Amino acid sequence: MGKLLETNELTRYFDIGRNQRVHAVEQVSLAIDEKEIVGLVGESGSGKSTFGKTVVGLHHKTAGTVSYRGEQLPQKYEPRDFQRLATKMQMIFQDPYSSLNPRMTVGEIVGEGLRLHSDANSASIKEQVAVWLTKVGLQADHMSRYPHEFSGGQRQRLGIARALILEPEFVVCDEPISALDVSVQAQVINLLGELKERMGLTLLFIAHDLSMVRYVSDRMAVMYLGSLVEVGKANEVYFDPKHPYTEVLIGSNPEPDPQVERGRPSTAIQGEIPSPVNVPPGCRFANRCPRVMDVCRQSTPELIPLKDVDRHVACHLYT
Amino acid sequence: MSEALNLANNPMLLEVENLAVEFDTYGGVVKAVRGVDFSVEEGKTLAIVGESGCGKSVSVQSMMGLIHMPPGRITSGSARLRGEEVLGRNELNGKEIRGAEISMIFQDPMTSLNPTMTIGDQIAEPLQVHRGLSYRQAFGEAINLLEMSKIPEAAKRAKQFPFEFSGGMLQRAMIAMAISCKPSILIADEPTTALDVTIQAQILDLMQDLQKETGMAIILITHDLGVVARMADEVAVMYAGKIVEHGTVDDVFYRSAHPYTLGLRAAMPNNDPARQHELKPIEGSPPDLFAPPKGCGYCARCPFAMEVCDKHHPQDYFLGDHHFSCCWLHHSDSPTKPEELYFKENS
Repeated sequence: MGKLLETNELTRYFDIGRNQRVHAVEQVSLAIDEKEIVGLVGESGSGKSTFGKTVVGLHHKTAGTVSYRGEQLPQKYEPRDFQRLATKMQMIFQDPYSSLNPRMTVGEIVGEGLRLHSDANSASIKEQVAVWLTKVGLQADHMSRYPHEFSGGQRQRLGIARALILEPEFVVCDEPISALDVSVQAQVINLLGELKERMGLTLLFIAHDLSMVRYVSDRMAVMYLGSLVEVGKANEVYFDPKHPYTEVLIGSNPEPDPQVERGRPSTAIQGEIPSPVNVPPGCRFANRCPRVMDVCRQSTPELIPLKDVDRHVACHLYT
Repeated sequence: MSEALNLANNPMLLEVENLAVEFDTYGGVVKAVRGVDFSVEEGKTLAIVGESGCGKSVSVQSMMGLIHMPPGRITSGSARLRGEEVLGRNELNGKEIRGAEISMIFQDPMTSLNPTMTIGDQIAEPLQVHRGLSYRQAFGEAINLLEMSKIPEAAKRAKQFPFEFSGGMLQRAMIAMAISCKPSILIADEPTTALDVTIQAQILDLMQDLQKETGMAIILITHDLGVVARMADEVAVMYAGKIVEHGTVDDVFYRSAHPYTLGLRAAMPNNDPARQHELKPIEGSPPDLFAPPKGCGYCARCPFAMEVCDKHHPQDYFLGDHHFSCCWLHHSDSPTKPEELYFKENS
């Protein structure tokens, strides 16, 4: 399997006034293979969504590159870049309430991609929209309705249909399930899995629900304050975390099993994710890390492969 | 049924019986809660689980007198705190119920706090109202409470406004405010849903520590079975305005009897490498509570549904001292036995 998408030291800063800079994404290098699902996890404010949006060109890149099938994508997208790449890359947004235009009918929302990116006439667009609505578990006659007539889970399906109707190769799913109830989450996850099998999709799956990411993903990448701290096979990272932050994150994830929970020591760590404005040098996790050393406060650890396991970790414990 | 739940010698701190709440809307009358019974013991945690719209928040809010009437209406039921009725009353033996006896924390601390008052003033307010302290005493007590909630530099933080706090810190401040009058019951309505897992772990630890220190009972409303497993002593599973299964946390997790509880568990990934399963979503959506079904509310989505389920509402079948499930499958004439349900679930 070849690499489909690769980011190389991708960086995105936001200037927020005099000498104030949000280091939202800092030098993230991540390669995604064809037909692979990569789960990206981290706390809110860690830069997961910014990374996803930068990859599909919704933010321009402060530094670094994104290449798609070996082709380097522009630093800042022009309208024609969106026009060209929209058929290959798509995004499913987090909030199913604010990501659908309330003044457009479902048929217009889902069919808009086809109208802009193919020469299909309106009759065949209508036909395809109907097909996709049934594929995502809605009905063809929902086409003439408006978004407010749907529940959260149904809207999320509309978002999925809209993203997939152009049959893209690569889709960024930004927290596609976090706004949904447990029973509906499973519906959406299974739908994505089914479509992946059928269409050979490659997914970047951004979420903060660790159990779900482990279940869905082939590989898992853990992000903290704009940088990747650990990348590896999803099951291995979950059951055998190497980076102290991953350990804390997984230790804090409550398991739906009372016996496991009773036997587990409290792993809550002090403090919260620091502000990404003007980040100090050194490891970004140093001030919360239970195993911090002197070197951590001085130099920033690189994301390096471990010797005996298939894993990349950015931590001085392993250098 | 309350006799059965009272088998333990320990008298119940709070007993809710047959509580029903409805709302008038333009579209008709929504029967949000349709006869709910539960009880809480001192120092114990009851978790109420269910998906959005199942009535879990409404049932506790009606107890607190937080339902606007109209459009809301409590049509039947009683809630007794240490044997005395609290529904429709503001005071109990000279002590206000809301705030002093039962207090509450909410899902979204940012919108639950007053943005124009400092955190310290907001915590001091109930102390002045309920305990009659002077402003100065109350503010000092507020700082103590913030320290109890493990907020660093409490004296400085008390003078800050909500926008200067992060989500986790605000939730701690909410907890400090909720415990300020030493309530006997703390109701936590999705207290960690808006927080990250690391912060969630901190807040849950804090709630458990405070419960050990003060002996208060906690009613935890959540949809996260992981949080339930971690916190709860007893669990009530709600669906479409009714409690469908109730039992100790072990009963509900290891001897799940109601098809909805089984369905919820099958819809979540578990992290036990020995017991991996495909996620099985619950198809369909909850019933319309404008016209609730005559029979079992879960019938339309239930894989084990029988003819009787659609027409008649099942009674509560007791499977243990504290464990009941409201499902026709437990009836002696049922073709599928609950034991077979467990078996199916485990294999």
